[in-house]
Amino acid sequence: MEGVLSGAIGVLAASGIWLVLRPRTFQVIVGLCLLSYAVNLFIFATGRLVLGAPPIMPRGGFIDPTAYADPLPQALVLTAIVISFATTALFLVVLIASRGLTGTDHVDAQEREP
Amino acid sequence: MTPGPEHLIIAPILIPFFAGALMLIYDERQRSAKLAISLGAVMAMLLVGVELLMRSKGSALTGFNDIGFYLLGDRGAPFGIVLVIDRLSAMMLVLTALLALPALIYAAAGWHRQGQHFHSLFQFLLMGLNGAFLTGDLFNLFVFFEVLLAASYGLLLHGGGQLRVRGGLHYIAINLTGSLLFLVGVSMVYAASGTLNMAHLSLMVPMLPEPQRVMLHAGAAIMGLAFLIKAGIWPLSFWLPTAYMAGAAPVAAMFAIMTKVGVYVLLRLALLIFGAGAGASAGFGAEVLIAGGMATVVFGFLGVLASQGLGRMAAHLVLVSSGTVLAATGFVLAGGPVQILAAALFYLLSSTLATSALFLLIEPMGREEGGIAALLALTADAYGLDEREENRQPEVGLAIPGSLTVLGICFAACLIVLAGLPPLSGFIGKLGLLQALVASGSATGPMAWIFVAILILSGFATLTGLVRVGIQTFWASDGAPPRVLALELAPVVGLIGLLVFLTIKADVTLGYMNDTADALLRPSIYAQGVLGAPRAEDASP
Repeated sequence: MEGVLSGAIGVLAASGIWLVLRPRTFQVIVGLCLLSYAVNLFIFATGRLVLGAPPIMPRGGFIDPTAYADPLPQALVLTAIVISFATTALFLVVLIASRGLTGTDHVDAQEREP
Repeated sequence: MTPGPEHLIIAPILIPFFAGALMLIYDERQRSAKLAISLGAVMAMLLVGVELLMRSKGSALTGFNDIGFYLLGDRGAPFGIVLVIDRLSAMMLVLTALLALPALIYAAAGWHRQGQHFHSLFQFLLMGLNGAFLTGDLFNLFVFFEVLLAASYGLLLHGGGQLRVRGGLHYIAINLTGSLLFLVGVSMVYAASGTLNMAHLSLMVPMLPEPQRVMLHAGAAIMGLAFLIKAGIWPLSFWLPTAYMAGAAPVAAMFAIMTKVGVYVLLRLALLIFGAGAGASAGFGAEVLIAGGMATVVFGFLGVLASQGLGRMAAHLVLVSSGTVLAATGFVLAGGPVQILAAALFYLLSSTLATSALFLLIEPMGREEGGIAALLALTADAYGLDEREENRQPEVGLAIPGSLTVLGICFAACLIVLAGLPPLSGFIGKLGLLQALVASGSATGPMAWIFVAILILSGFATLTGLVRVGIQTFWASDGAPPRVLALELAPVVGLIGLLVFLTIKADVTLGYMNDTADALLRPSIYAQGVLGAPRAEDASP
């Protein structure tokens, strides 16, 4: 399971980085999305991978913490998803404004001289 | 439980939050109402900031270092969310409010009409800044960073136009990537140490076993990268001049503190987590800060010399200022004496105020070339709302006579501070820094001498660059003097007044900085202060 997850994070991050470095704004935004997926999975993985363990402990008594998943990374990843979603939406608006103002989707708002 | 004075700590976050939300209800045309709310909120923030500053100075009983804390929801310190106020955060809160007030007054002269929701966005920016200065754990630091960045995206685009949209596009892309790095770093630090609370982390670091320590170092380095992007360290700073230049004048004036947020976080975290008591981790990253900071200063002053316009020059001066403080932080982290840090803090204060004043001066100084008039024509199309008929109106307000003289005096004062010439506060900061560096001698090695040389050179380059602009604008121009509104000059004069005040009261301020630096170098004060925070439930039987 660890291998699959780390492989997925790696592939997402690599494609994301490649796309962020491309000259078209649409490629950049898709790259940022892929990067944020990779980061979200990464945060989730910092809580260690466990199968079928609940994150919330019952009240009272002695509890064996190893039988439970770490709830904190799950809470963090929720916050991170919301924030990166909102900022990406904002970036999309700027992207469209730039396209409308300049008539090109190049990140420098002008086509490179041939 | 009755609300006690300790609730004041959360006020710098709540005041701008409610003020900004309230102004969203008002229609865009009720600008005077919005302006009144905005100014009221900033004044309140200033008062709260000064009160918190006085409180954190403490008494002889507590060793002149009162750590204030606020447990949200009354959860105990390492688990709940905690706000912490100490001397450094209190100073940054006051500085933020002091920059916000002139920027708002300047905006009232016309800029706040150029787009929508200026005042709300401005308040949300302040909320993010204040939150970042107050928070005591890493993840909330991320959240407040996002709050201030989201507001800054909106503010940077304020006024519209092709230049701003292009600058904004780069700025947002860079900062989104930076935020992702921040997240990776935070989660690695959590995976290594199992805590996100800064104070708790500082106590954990000396006890970490070797494999975890490596991971903590990697996490801290990645997280540090995110802060360094914000602070504009050399290879990561190419976005900064274009973005700062593109911003509207009051926005750029407020952005002068945005790089300082990155510097502040690095200062706080580096000295807290990797300070002298951190065992095998002590001094981690010091070389990067020293080398990077010096490279930033060099890049900044070369940029100042190469710039053709005052806007680009001012943006590069921001780089010089943040590079200087970063390098000084590195020297202290590497074991330099406390005086370096005290002088660097004083320098930070005076250079931030001066760059902010310079950003406000750019527009009135360049007005003959059609400054605002050309911009208005450009933006009218982008914001085809009710602005159109207002744009045709001439600027209303009191134009002051002899504007060129006042402008010239203000510009000269900024120049003196930024170049570090006597008699103003820039000189005191830079002299203190040089003195401490030379005195430290053997403790910091030959790097200190290189830094001394770079500092002196940067002052000279600043002087050359700014004098060139000054001659072009004030002596060599034969056009009619620009029409400058009193509302535009008052904030600049106010900022200069503050700088003069800082110079006259230098002994008091330097004393404060000395105690602040002293407290920063003894992170146990902070850690024990936060972790010892009693819950209200326990305190009241």
